[in-house]
Amino acid sequence: MSDILVSEQSAPGADGSGRPSGRLLEVDDLRVEFRTRDGVAKVINGVTYHVDAGETLAVLGESGSGKSVTAQTIMGILDMPPGFVTGGQVRFHGRDMLTMSAEERRRIRGEGIAMIFQDSLSALNPVFTVGFQIAEQFRIRRGMGRADAKKRAIEMLDQVKIPNAKGRFSNYPHQFSGGMRQRAMIAMSLALDPEVLIADEPTTALDVTVQAQIMDLLGELQRERQMGMILITHDLGVVADVADRIAVMYAGRIVEEADVYDLYAKPAHPYTLGLLDSIPRMDEKGQELRTIKGLPPNLMNIPPGCPFNPRCPMAQPVCREKVPPLLQIGSGRASACHFAEELVNRD
Amino acid sequence: MGRYLVRRLLQLVPVFIGTTFLIYWLVWAVPGDPFAGKCGERRCPPEYVAALTEKYHLNENVFVQYTIYMKSLLQGDFGTTYSGRSINDIIATAYPNTLKLAVVALAIEAIIGLTAGVLTGLRRNGFLDNLVLVSSLFLIALPVFVVGFVLQWTFGVQWKIVTPTVSSEMPFSELLIPGFVLGSASMAYIARVSRTSIAENRRADYVRTAIAKGLPMRRVVGVHLLRNSLIPVVTLLGTDLGALMGGAIVTEGIFGINGIGRQVYRSIVTKESATVVSIVVVLVLVYLLMNLLVDLLYAALDPRIRYE
Repeated sequence: MSDILVSEQSAPGADGSGRPSGRLLEVDDLRVEFRTRDGVAKVINGVTYHVDAGETLAVLGESGSGKSVTAQTIMGILDMPPGFVTGGQVRFHGRDMLTMSAEERRRIRGEGIAMIFQDSLSALNPVFTVGFQIAEQFRIRRGMGRADAKKRAIEMLDQVKIPNAKGRFSNYPHQFSGGMRQRAMIAMSLALDPEVLIADEPTTALDVTVQAQIMDLLGELQRERQMGMILITHDLGVVADVADRIAVMYAGRIVEEADVYDLYAKPAHPYTLGLLDSIPRMDEKGQELRTIKGLPPNLMNIPPGCPFNPRCPMAQPVCREKVPPLLQIGSGRASACHFAEELVNRD
Repeated sequence: MGRYLVRRLLQLVPVFIGTTFLIYWLVWAVPGDPFAGKCGERRCPPEYVAALTEKYHLNENVFVQYTIYMKSLLQGDFGTTYSGRSINDIIATAYPNTLKLAVVALAIEAIIGLTAGVLTGLRRNGFLDNLVLVSSLFLIALPVFVVGFVLQWTFGVQWKIVTPTVSSEMPFSELLIPGFVLGSASMAYIARVSRTSIAENRRADYVRTAIAKGLPMRRVVGVHLLRNSLIPVVTLLGTDLGALMGGAIVTEGIFGINGIGRQVYRSIVTKESATVVSIVVVLVLVYLLMNLLVDLLYAALDPRIRYE
């Protein structure tokens, strides 16, 4: 299949060196575009983030901001065409995966980097039992026999706290409830003990009480296994408890990156500020919910200057002319706003 | 499942009675004299006509005749022709030939059609894809007798790779070309249906999951993708066996195969109603049972389908 990513060029890192930095997984100035009949959509425009062992990075953004496409590019499951990687690197243990052979990349999937998908009903194969789909990895990737693989798969189902794991082994996905199915999905992604887990909106399809259970489970497993986790979400509420750092995406760029506490306390980008303001709050009951005015930009025609400027309440003439680069402000945080300092320092 | 099976089998009864009666009545209504030409140049002697009329209940109305026919049919007796030959014998010689031809046709269309469909579904708009699309359109558009004569002439007469007609022992090697001819149109449909099915499912989330699990490509395609894409193809293949047997008359004629097509044609001409009905009755049975089999196969292929 043509889904496998093979980059034609290896662009140097954002710092121009591309040297190994000891990071577990790094996305470095990644650029992806979708070439369709209607034109070229620049979906990812220089995304840079990293995750280390034992930490959770939350990638936050509206739909269409490019958070899922970045994840798909990391996994190598981007549909190509229409997707094309036009620049940047994805380094795993310092090695650029985009220039690896298809076979090398395949070996990293599941074992190095695994992924949990949003809609577990369509993400699991409807015609095979849940047990088969978990045991399959032990059989194919580890060369285990059927009986051993089954035993290990039941252990995995047990670890994600599915009651009666043994009996559930031979159930089909449609016989599971939404929450149980997402647990099975988690069991499947963790089967080969990956170093990095990408969770792409793992709780979006679930109701609120189940959401909390799944997030707790994910957090617990992540700590136990000291995995690096990338949690993709648009839900600020989900992020606060689990994440160590947050990267906020807008129009295919990272607009702000900070530790969870800093970001909630003092957002350094007007978009983040808008997102935080639009969370419903008990103490403002009865008042109109604040929203960010306008719509995300058309990715085939991103406005010049800062892509957020048409919706930004603080926009100045400079915002329409110069694209603000993602710059460090203080320790461990960065913002892509011309007025980041002012934002952080205001009261 | 057991109850479903019983219900389905019971449903076969009215369908079976309805179809067989319709056929019986149609053949009965065809004008013509069963005694024409039976006694050489002369008219048959009235005693002979009277005796046969009595024996075959020709004076009774169609309902009575049908009831008498069904009674002996249920005891496994298809009756005899007017010349006294057992119809059971005719069926026993003609049916295996046609069945053999149809099974070969089915195998050829499944293997070639599916292979073409899977390959083109995975790589659309390539050279192979266009080749399959054009050639399948060709096969669908051409009548069977054209395909038959062209292949018979090319392979049998010009190149002499195969014998132009099939000998009475019907060896497998001689059935390849007739089988291809008989299955050609269905093969084109199989290729197209499986191509669409594969192309659709290829983008499915569970295929993406399978790739993300780090499974080798041949397992992603051969296990995860194929199993889901096969569901519509199986229906087509299953219901096709009956159609192939019923539609074999032209192919049998071209390649000189002594099958049911020829028998039915001959029997209609000589107004051997019992023979026509008997052959078609068996064909109806094949259709009904294959349909049932396909419905049961659905559940095996797709566990979301439950039979209540």
